[in-house]
Amino acid sequence: MRKSKFLIAIFSAFFTVAVGFSQSAEERGLQIAKAAEKADEGFGSSIVELKMTLKNKNGQTSERFLTTQTLELTEDGDKSLIVFESPKDVKGTATLTFTHKVGADDQWLYLPSIKRVKRISSNNKSGPFVGSEFAYEDLSSQEVEKYAYKFLKAEGELLLVEQDPVDPKSGYTRRVVTYNKDKGYRLEKVEFYDRKNALLKTLTYSDYKLYKNKFWRALTFNMVNHQSNKETLLNFGEYNFGAELAEEDFTEVALKRVGR
Amino acid sequence: MKRLSNLKFQIIAFCLLVPTLGLSQEKEKPVQDVELEIEAEYRYFLDEANFSDQLDHYPSLAMSPEYSLEWNKGYESINFTGFFRLDRDDERTHWDIRELYYQKAKGNWELSVGLKKIYWGVAESNHLVDIINQTDAVETFDGEEKLGQPMVQFSYITNKLGTFDFYYLPYHRKRTFPGRKGRLRFGTVIDKDDLGYESGAEEWRQDLAVRWKHYFGIFDVGLSHFYGTGREPLFVFDEQGNINAFYPVINQTGLDLQITHNAFLWKVESIYRNADAQDFLALVAGLEYTFSNIDGNGLDIGLLGEYLYDERDELSLNALQNDIFFGSRIAFNDVQDTSILIGGITDLESSSKIFSLEASRRFGSNWRAEIEARIFNDIDDSELILSNFREDSFLRFTLSRFF
Repeated sequence: MRKSKFLIAIFSAFFTVAVGFSQSAEERGLQIAKAAEKADEGFGSSIVELKMTLKNKNGQTSERFLTTQTLELTEDGDKSLIVFESPKDVKGTATLTFTHKVGADDQWLYLPSIKRVKRISSNNKSGPFVGSEFAYEDLSSQEVEKYAYKFLKAEGELLLVEQDPVDPKSGYTRRVVTYNKDKGYRLEKVEFYDRKNALLKTLTYSDYKLYKNKFWRALTFNMVNHQSNKETLLNFGEYNFGAELAEEDFTEVALKRVGR
Repeated sequence: MKRLSNLKFQIIAFCLLVPTLGLSQEKEKPVQDVELEIEAEYRYFLDEANFSDQLDHYPSLAMSPEYSLEWNKGYESINFTGFFRLDRDDERTHWDIRELYYQKAKGNWELSVGLKKIYWGVAESNHLVDIINQTDAVETFDGEEKLGQPMVQFSYITNKLGTFDFYYLPYHRKRTFPGRKGRLRFGTVIDKDDLGYESGAEEWRQDLAVRWKHYFGIFDVGLSHFYGTGREPLFVFDEQGNINAFYPVINQTGLDLQITHNAFLWKVESIYRNADAQDFLALVAGLEYTFSNIDGNGLDIGLLGEYLYDERDELSLNALQNDIFFGSRIAFNDVQDTSILIGGITDLESSSKIFSLEASRRFGSNWRAEIEARIFNDIDDSELILSNFREDSFLRFTLSRFF
């Protein structure tokens, strides 16, 4: 019994490898995206503070501080809570997002001055997040189902995959994503092509840190807009994977509590 | 300055904290936060005053300190927000404790005890279901500023059935009306102390409220009930034409519903209020549609339209009895968070119209400027309430500094 199971395992592993050589670029692209998702599975929840630095084309900068809480879900997309700590006039403004693998995300906005929670449309994916070079869709949970894939090429341990957004409301025709196969399929770079298929932005990930011997987290994101020459830098603090957040921490009640 | 206020609040908060802190202080170091907003305001009324003693120019100063202390990973906290305004109208010169409460959250429940601000509802032009807090009627014309309400709030979160909020409200706060020198008032100056209560317990009537809130896909639904002394005074005219104004005991059931479908937000708010002296239904229903990122630079233009109905007719305090609201929200999504809201309310039965504009923009990282305009246009003589404000069109400028 045990032996036959072992044989089946050997056979299926061989079969997968064999198919791997003959699979299409689409299949290989999807396989890489799934491998990346799998490599990051099991983090449970995380809390991280970050500084966002907006730089205009003359080099003038403006900063904002945020805290992000994430809850990993496997059957559907992740839940996240983002709270603004500064600028001070918007301190406490917070968003709660339920990402869905298929269909529009659910999103609520908390306005601390009048203590109001407002369900907002997640239609505006391509718009800038608080005046930065990050669009809403760049910051939302990257579910495998949200793109169609095409493997482009391998450069050593780096795998380049083209991703075409499924949602027609996306601001991009395609993204070219560089995965690092030897480092848990972490992302090294993303190039964004606008609706006219011209290179719009490049996002570079750096200062990677390995948590729990499994989860790679880049502590620096640098997004450069090639058309406007503006830049947005994200500097993350230490990730906290130990808070053991639960579903109750991602509710309207919690949204009002964290925003105050 | 900052250090001094920091110290003062530490002392106040420490005194409040002593009874509650003991239990959990060994777990973690508390995190505290101090903020202060100072605002300079200038209101200019365009038309000659309707009533004697009213002024045209109202320079004013306001400040709002905030203090919070969190521990137990933020699941327990003490929060304080104060407010003080100095104005040429003696009644508008006022202070308030907007919030001062202890909060504890654990698993699927949350408890708050103290003065707190609660918002219910989905509509933009009128806030019908929102009843927990008394309106700070001298502070803003739109009624969105509220007085701190003493309460015990218990929230219970369920997985399948949504969230239940229970409120125990032990004390009623009266509405303040503008004084003799103030604009946006009636011909006779109403002193809040002249208004009595229907309940023999007066402001100490023990009131209750409950709310259920849930969402199903694109639907967000809230159902609420309030039993206690109403936040709006009731004006009753006797046969001799004398006005008798008091705060009635009411039962109010409220419904709020929003459907979020693509770029459309469909909204309904409705209340049914029942008191010995009055029974009525009121409704606001409408939609918001946003054209987002129009220029590829983040420009959003939202269109708003709402219908307002109130069975009280001309006795409704806010004069929105059978009206249409239309407006547009323009957000630039730029570094300075520039936004503009323009709108108008027009009465379907008379010529009365109110136009409004609100715009704001941040400067640097600690300053914010706002402009507000309210224009009363062609107010019909038959408007019992609004006709008092027909000469009260105003411009308001504010500059806030955040510390």
